[in-house]
Amino acid sequence: MAEIHHIHNQDPNAGAEQRKAIWKTFWILLILTAVEFLIAFTVPHGILKVTIFIVMTIVKAFYIVGEFMHLKHETKSLIWSILVPVVFVAWLILALLLEGNAIFDAVFD
Amino acid sequence: MAANVTTPGAIEPKMWMGGIEPMKASYGKLMMWFFLISDTFTFSALLVAYGTARFSFPAFSGKAEDFTFSNMYWPIPEKVYEAVPFLHGVTLPLVFVGIMTFILIASSVTMVLAVEAGHRMDRESVEKYMLWTILGGFTFLGCQAWEWSHFIHGTDTGSVMKVIQDGVWVDKTVFGANLTENQYGPPAFADFFFFITGFHGTHVFSGVILNILIFFRSATGFYDKRGSYEMVEKVGLYWHFVDLVWVFVFTFFYLV
Repeated sequence: MAEIHHIHNQDPNAGAEQRKAIWKTFWILLILTAVEFLIAFTVPHGILKVTIFIVMTIVKAFYIVGEFMHLKHETKSLIWSILVPVVFVAWLILALLLEGNAIFDAVFD
Repeated sequence: MAANVTTPGAIEPKMWMGGIEPMKASYGKLMMWFFLISDTFTFSALLVAYGTARFSFPAFSGKAEDFTFSNMYWPIPEKVYEAVPFLHGVTLPLVFVGIMTFILIASSVTMVLAVEAGHRMDRESVEKYMLWTILGGFTFLGCQAWEWSHFIHGTDTGSVMKVIQDGVWVDKTVFGANLTENQYGPPAFADFFFFITGFHGTHVFSGVILNILIFFRSATGFYDKRGSYEMVEKVGLYWHFVDLVWVFVFTFFYLV
């Protein structure tokens, strides 16, 4: 915060670059969502489609967390203390999707 | 900040001597981040539970054109969400949810613009962008209310489901969905719809309340007197997180 106070409100160009980055992020998110929409109706359902969706979702998450939530510009220790716990989520996904498959095999096969 | 000030000639402040913000972030901001990490776990648990239920159920195996609603397999989402307000009877798959996604992304942009204006101590811009963000939040909630109402009331014709009544399998026409009956597929599908979008909607609602509080406090000059608009930034983190969750809900609930 401290360094921010040096930028004074009299200067109309203050933060112009930041605002440009914000709108750039907005367009990226908008275009990615539009492309997702297109893929939903053009690509046949299957592993390829799901993979594309997951990759695009992660890219969108990267822009929201990195730019909008400003995490990209924080200190390294803060970035890692937020990202590392997400590993547990990856484990949860793996464990429970395998479990779901096992239930399916037990009930319907 | 002020805590860093030491009397001249005193010892240089070092990392573990106190008075230094760890990770160069204020206490409030850091705690917001850690709260959001815990909220990430909650939402992940809900979405992963959805995945488990979906993987343990048969998927519809035929062509998308031949799809009909049945509780014997998991529905194709684009066949479920195809209604748009004021366009009764028109099939527009995923259009309404696309509009909702756009509204939330746009309100995230106005929020981050309010944060940026706060850095410049530009009260008028903070007020303007906070109002836009609040408007976006309310619009999203209104859309969700409509979506829920449509989901609960169902389509005109309903759909025929195989259910057990008095120990025998019978055909029954089901209209709409609740926690025990669901015309779009297995009851678990509706349960997850209500829990996941409902939990997200609750987050949006509390976010709007916080945004209104921030607007009120900047409009009354509270942050000018305090000399810092950092509260806008902290609530902004929460609001972006709500947007982030929606990106995942959109993919895993509506697209995949």
